[in-house]
Parts: sequence; structure tokens; C-alpha cells
Amino acid sequence: MNDGMSHGVNGTNTTGGLNRADGTARRYHAAVWDEPLIMEQGAPGRRGTVPPGPMEGAGGGDPLPAGVRRTTPPDLPEAAEPDVLRHYLRLSQQTMGMVGISLFGTCTMKYNPRVNELLAARDQVAEVHPHQDDGSIQGLLEIVHRFDLMLRELSGMGRFVFQAGGGAAAAYLHACVTRAYHESRGELAQRRDVITTAQAHPCNPATAAAAGFNVITLPVERDGHPSLEALRAVVSDRTASLMINNPDDMGIYNPHIKQWVDIVHEAGGLCFYDHANFNGVMGRIKAAELGFDACMFMLHKTFGVPKGGGGPAVGAYGCTPELERFLPGPLVVQTDSGYERRENPEGIGRVREFLGNLPQVVKAYSWLLAMGADGIREAADISVLANNYMEARLLAVPGVTKSFDHLTLRRLEMTRFSLGEYTEQTGVTAVDVQNRMTDFGVDAFWLSHEPWIVPEPFTPEAGEGWSLEDIDYWIDVLAYVMEEGRTSPAMVKSAPHNQVVAQIDGSSLDDPSRWATTWRAYQRKNAQRANAAGR
Amino acid sequence: MTVAHPYMPNSTPDAKTAMMRAVGITDVDELFEQIPADHLTAKPIGLDAGIAAESTVRRHVRRLLDRNDSCAENLNFLGAGCWQHYVPAVCDEIASRSEFLTPVWGTPSSDHGRNQAWFEYASQLGELVGMEFVGLPVYSWGAAAGHAVRMAARLTGRHEVVVPSTLDPERLAVIRTYCGPGEGNDPITVVVARHDPATGRVDLADLEAKVGEATAAVYLETPNHLGVIEADAAAVARLARSHGAETIVGVDPISLGVLMPPPEYGADIVVGTTQPLGVHLNAGGGVGGFIATRDDERYAREYPTLQVSLCDTIVPGERAFGMTLFHQTSYGSREDGNDWTGNSVYLWTVVNAVYMALMGPQGFADIGETIAANSAYAARRIGEVPGLRVLWPSGFFKEFVVDFTGTGRSVAAVNGFLRDRGIFGGKDLSADFPELGQAALYCVTEIHTADDITALVSALNEAVTA
Repeated sequence: MNDGMSHGVNGTNTTGGLNRADGTARRYHAAVWDEPLIMEQGAPGRRGTVPPGPMEGAGGGDPLPAGVRRTTPPDLPEAAEPDVLRHYLRLSQQTMGMVGISLFGTCTMKYNPRVNELLAARDQVAEVHPHQDDGSIQGLLEIVHRFDLMLRELSGMGRFVFQAGGGAAAAYLHACVTRAYHESRGELAQRRDVITTAQAHPCNPATAAAAGFNVITLPVERDGHPSLEALRAVVSDRTASLMINNPDDMGIYNPHIKQWVDIVHEAGGLCFYDHANFNGVMGRIKAAELGFDACMFMLHKTFGVPKGGGGPAVGAYGCTPELERFLPGPLVVQTDSGYERRENPEGIGRVREFLGNLPQVVKAYSWLLAMGADGIREAADISVLANNYMEARLLAVPGVTKSFDHLTLRRLEMTRFSLGEYTEQTGVTAVDVQNRMTDFGVDAFWLSHEPWIVPEPFTPEAGEGWSLEDIDYWIDVLAYVMEEGRTSPAMVKSAPHNQVVAQIDGSSLDDPSRWATTWRAYQRKNAQRANAAGR
Repeated sequence: MTVAHPYMPNSTPDAKTAMMRAVGITDVDELFEQIPADHLTAKPIGLDAGIAAESTVRRHVRRLLDRNDSCAENLNFLGAGCWQHYVPAVCDEIASRSEFLTPVWGTPSSDHGRNQAWFEYASQLGELVGMEFVGLPVYSWGAAAGHAVRMAARLTGRHEVVVPSTLDPERLAVIRTYCGPGEGNDPITVVVARHDPATGRVDLADLEAKVGEATAAVYLETPNHLGVIEADAAAVARLARSHGAETIVGVDPISLGVLMPPPEYGADIVVGTTQPLGVHLNAGGGVGGFIATRDDERYAREYPTLQVSLCDTIVPGERAFGMTLFHQTSYGSREDGNDWTGNSVYLWTVVNAVYMALMGPQGFADIGETIAANSAYAARRIGEVPGLRVLWPSGFFKEFVVDFTGTGRSVAAVNGFLRDRGIFGGKDLSADFPELGQAALYCVTEIHTADDITALVSALNEAVTA
């Protein structure tokens, strides 16, 4: 098969961007190690690590009761330490991540300062036990308290807790707080509805439903958000809470959000601000000033904490003083003699064990110190500026359209685009383009959360952490790939060609006879298929 | 900002000017035209100015952290939901790799290495717990148990779960949250079955009285929160099955080199912690939870989690990985999906895979034997201290309950005494389990030595006579 990059390297400069001669193209190819599974490696008797034997004096008689012992050893790899190390180093090399360029929209892919990794790896964090007495963790508790105060500054809320292990967990926490709040007023039986919009992240309706509420999802209307009339039509004395983001993933800000909050409040409901898209508005708006009762920040997005491929993360949940009594315990409070953890008697208990992912709180605190009030403002400015820059360039690429393009006001930190027209013309889809872009060292853009709202969506987000050169390269690659899709659609539809592996064949993934989440299941099903085929 | 900030490549005047020119504006504020003026905060953000110098930030945070004491320089006997095990250096090396540390999602082809690591996690954990279908992890053991109970409720259409009275209150609180206290649409009632004070195991007679036609699941842990191995687990599973209920078993996988895999005594759903598998204590920020079952559609279709499956590529003979049953998650189906999912602890998943690969079958056998022997030895020595009594002196793993009632001293006082001697005594149980008196849960693992136990016993002797 033709090497995809050769077009960029040797082909004519059809995009005005990708050209090896002027240094704007890269001769990228992912590392390919054809690395077998760790379960397929090693040899009998090899050891990767040797735990210490029983301590001196221990032993003598079986400490375990009769009948509970394992009789068949687990079928795990037997591999030496260097081999295990090199295996996982190779797997890391076979993961592009942020070594490439990742403008994965809605996730705010920003730089994660390594100094914070070094700080969180210190024994004073890594080797702290959560049940240590308060006196022995004053530094950690002080960081939690200080960071709480900083988030209060950014939101106007009364207190933050960090127990939720991600944004979805914070949304769930809000649903639980909502339950406790209405129960305390004797209205829970009546307050059954949580209202959200089609633009809200799926975790909002999903966690509301899991907490036992009926979900009402308002559709987006011509103005880019549901109308006030649509909201009024569903708000009632059954309303428990509104769960909403603003701006949405299209970069559209709902200018009526204060009225929304007023309408819900007048009916007795709570209002939760999912601040997933805080990056573009931080320093400019405060959730509490808009009237919200609670909000959530994702420290692994907006506050410089690494995502780890999906956690450990923190959904920092903040609320007004009125709701504070429903927060999960323990709360970190300042006393005359220092800091202590204190249970919250009327609180919802726990949404997760312990205080939360404290190493991530340490990292976020350190990041926010480094950024400061001016840095926060600057980051918001740059992220919105970069998005508008991207938009200007992307809309000049034939076949790229913008969601709700009749709305002329400038979008905030991201814009959802559509390749719908392009796909109709070429048969090349957004996923095809995404796959092909990885051949150039550009990792996936985000398409869109459900529902898509526009056909063949793609949602890049530049943020403040990617250079103008990276952003330009990203756009050049997209433009190049789209042009290639017109002239050589098969090249794009069969992509990637420069990646670790070829495009996956997903036909087995939802087939019970073929899916395999473990090697044992795979081997069994493979053998069954071979037998059935009479081999 | 007066200087370009190192985290922001485009914070130079040139970069901003170039972008503004392309956008056709002269002032960045023009970009915020969507936001009504009365939404903008009137007050400037009350934070200090940023600190561009990394050395200054580092020193500031270090100074705060230096006020912490840790289990590295103290002798630690705390467990109770978070356990100090040795973390091999290779685990830390892999955890710090940028490719694993910083990304979110790529494509299946550009994420191949990480997906393979995740598949290896599920495959190896599946070997330990004896199950063929393993989801990607959730936030914690409590979260895993909570999701599993909800799976059982959907599977059976019933709304009660029976749990043992020995359950960790911290974990129980999470489970209760997941079960939806109050008047939710489908609240799941948590019924607590007593434990037998003589053995520390679940009281089968009481359990029998509480399991019935309304029971969606019986949830049992072994070893239980108080360290006791539930030797009657098979009888519990039989009882649950006879009433059409699911048996959910919670385990600490580090025990499974020596303890029987839960399906062998009747578990339908296995949950547990992932923290002991190569993850530091992290002040409680290292926890994670797993859910595993037979590879049976009935169970697979109830998972709320993401899963990676081995699959093919369009090139014959080439292997790859993709998400299976994505549509049934909340990402795929919003409120119509199973429960909800989101970010989890996926970096630890890679670390867990590394740990299990390093350990291998012999490593898990060895560490299990060492922990069982060390904890039994420590319990014996502690039991010899005048006035102290090990409540259930045999049949436990890693943790055991020490009763201080006979000393006339509170656990808090004893722990304060130990603390001054660089020892973190066992978790004080007196508030959560008042029926046990002044009792503490001691945790002894492979990291402890005979000298450590001697130091502890010596300090305990002093504490109870001082």
C-alpha cells in the first residue's frame, strides 16, 4: 500500500500547508513493535519481582483455614523484570497521546507541568495513608483548604469538595445532593424531574436517572439553545434540578442563563452548572453570581492535571452555603490549631471512599499558583482566540461547515464543525478523516457527545497549551486529508497507514460469540470457532 | 502578563497579534461578545499573580508537603480500605510515561499500546479472580460494589441487597449512595446481616432469615473488612442462589495467589480493589475498583463500564482492540444506558497490568503466603502483650482486630502514644464498631519485618503500662 505520508512529502503542495521543503510536514510513522501480549511472553520459572519471604519467626502451621486455598495457580505471565519493563515501554511508544498533537475537543488537552508530578510523587503524598491522624497530614489538608478557597474565588461558591473521582461522579454527587436537599424539605416524593439539554454532557442525564430522577432533555432550537418558552413548559413543582453546561460544546453561550436559573428557582428547583467548558470563561464569570446553587470543575481538564487516559481525575464540586450541609464528608476545615477533617452529619455520606484523589488536588493547586489570576485570564483569552483563529482557517477549507452557522457571534473556546456536506460529496466520513489524520502525528479530534446535532461532527479545541505552529499543522493536515479524500477517497477510507495497526474491524465487538475482554475468553472462543469450522 | 508563560506557547505578543489579525479583531474582549455584560463578574479574581518560575512554585508546595508525615518514615499498621504494599520501581517508571500519563482518547490505531495494556489488565485480573469478562475499572471498591448491586437489581428486578455487618463503613457509605437512599424511583434497600461474634464471619442463620424473594443480591467480602476469611462463602452463595439472588463477592486480589477464586465457591459477580496491585497509598487517591463476571451475555449486557475487546483489523491476521458494548454506556445512550460512567482510574489500570505481569503466578503465591504468615505472626506477638486480645486469632488474612478493652485504655490514647514513637497504630474501630469495645484493625503485609513487629510490641507494652 502506498505510504500515506509520501503525498505530504513528495506530492504537490495542494493545501498551501503541508510541504516537506519548507518544514511544515513531518515524516511521521508510529512505532510498530508487533508486540505480543504479555500473556504470550516469558518462560516457565522466570520472575519479574520477588516479594520478601515470611518474616523471621513467622510460619509454623497453615495460617489459612481449611478449604479456602487456591488449588490451581493463575495463568499469569512468567517474565523477567527487564522484559516486563521493555514490553510496557513499547506499549507506551505505541500510544500517540500528547506526544503527538491532540486537540481533542471538550477535554481541554492542556499541558501538564512535570514539576507537579515530582511533587505528587513525594512520600509526603504518595506514601500517606488516608487514615493517618489529621496532625500528620497538615500540609495536605492545608493544600485542600487553600485550593478550596481558590475555587471559591473563581466561582463564588461557598465550599468545594474533591471526593468525586471525575466530572461524571461530580454530576452524580449533585444528583445525590439534590435528593438530600428536597428530602430535607419533605418534597422529594414530588420533585421527580431533572431538566437538562441536548447540549449537556451525557453524564448529566445519566447520573440524574441513576439517582432516581426522571430526565427531561430540552432540544436545541434555532438560537443555539433551548428557548425560555421550552424551559417554562417543563418547569413545575416537580422540578428537582437543572443540570446544564454553558457555553456548550459548540462554543455557544446561552445569554438567558440567568433567566433560566430564576425560572427554576421560582419553581423550587436547584441549578447545577457543569463547568466542563470553563476554560474559555474562567476569570470572567462566576457560577454563583449567575445564580447557580452548585457547580463542578474538572481538575484534570481545566486545572492542568494529567488525564491519565481517563483518570485518576477529580470533579471538584462546589455549592452555596445553603447546600453545604448536604456535602459528603469529611470536610476539611480550618481550626485555631490547624486543619482537620470533620464529618458532615446531614451530608450524603460518601460518593467515593476517602477525601478523593488528593495527588490531583496537589497538582491542580500547584498549577493554579503558577498561573495566578493573570494567567487564568490569559489562558481563557488565548484559548478563545485560538479557537476563533482555527475557525477562521477551518471555514476556508472546502467542505468544512460550522454548527448553527447562522449564529454570527464569535464562539468561545471551541466550535463544533460538520463534514456533512463533504461526506455527501465524497463518501469520506469524519471518522475516516480522523483515522487518516493520525498518519501525520495528529491524534483524534472529538466528534461529539450524543446527540451529535450536526451530521459528521468534529470538535477540536486548541486551548492555551498548543503553539500556533501546532495549530497550523493540525489545520494543514485536516485540509490535506480532506483534499486527498476528494482525489483518492480509498486512501482516506482505508486509513490509517502509518499507525501501529491498521483500521480496526469492529464487526466482532458487539457479538457475544466473538467479543473478548480477556485473553482466556478470546482463546476459548477462537477454539470454539475453529472446532465449529471443522478444522 | 509581562512575560510569556512557560505553559502557554501563544502567550507571546507576536502569537497573539498574528491570531488577532487573522480573526480580524484588535482587542481580545471582542471575542466574548456572546456573554451579556451583566454576566461578567464585577470583581477581579482574588488570586495572587501567577508565578512563572518553576523553582518558586516547587519550593512553596514542598514546604507545605514537608508538614506531612508519611508511612515511608513511620512504621505503619493502618489498612482498612487502603493498604501499604511494596510498589516495584517498574510500576512507577511506566506510570510516569507521558504517553500513558497525559492523554485522553485517540483512535483505536493510535491508542493501540494503551488499549493492549488495558486488555492485559483485564486478562490478568480475570485470571486472578477466575472470571472471563472484566470491565475497565471504576473509581473505587465501593463504587464497584455499588454498580454491581445495581447490576443485580436490573438482572433480578428486585430491590434489596443483603450485606454483612462487618462491612467497612466507608465502603458501605458509598454503596448506600449508589443504592439511592430516599424516595428515588428504584431505591435499593440495604439489609445488614449480623456477623457471628465468635468467629467474625457472617452469621448464616441471620443471613438465612434476611435473604428472600425480594433479595437481588447477597454481597460478601472475603477476607472481610475485619480481616476474617469467610470460610462459609459457599454456603452463602448456595443460599443466595436458592432464592434466585445474585452472589456478589468482594475481594482484595493480592490474596488470590493463596485464596480460592470466588467463582469456585459460587460468586456470580466479583468486585474488589485494584490499589494493592502496584499503586501507592496516595492519601486514598490510589484506589480503584473492578467488576468481573462470567463471559455470559446476561451479565455482559448489564455492565455500566467501558471494556476493551480483542478484535481484528482490516488487514488479515492483524490484531487490534476496540470498545465492546459501548452503546450500553451513558456515553452511548445517555440516561438510557446502564447506570453511568465517566473518567475513572485508567492510569492505574496500566500500572495494575505491569504489577500483575511482574508478579506472575509465583509472585502472587509468595506474597500471599508471606502476608498470611506475617499477619498471623504479628497477631500472635501482639496477643502476648498484657491486656491485649486478638479477637479472632486465626482464619484471617493481612488484617486482624486487636481488643484493647482489657487495658483500660482507649485505642485513641494508645495510638497517640505510638504516634509519638513513629508508629501509626491500627485503625480505631471503636466508633464504627462499638460492640467490639476499644478495638483496632491492624494491617501487616509483606513490607513488615520481625524488627518492625518487635518495635510495635515493645511500644504497645509501654503504652498499656504507662
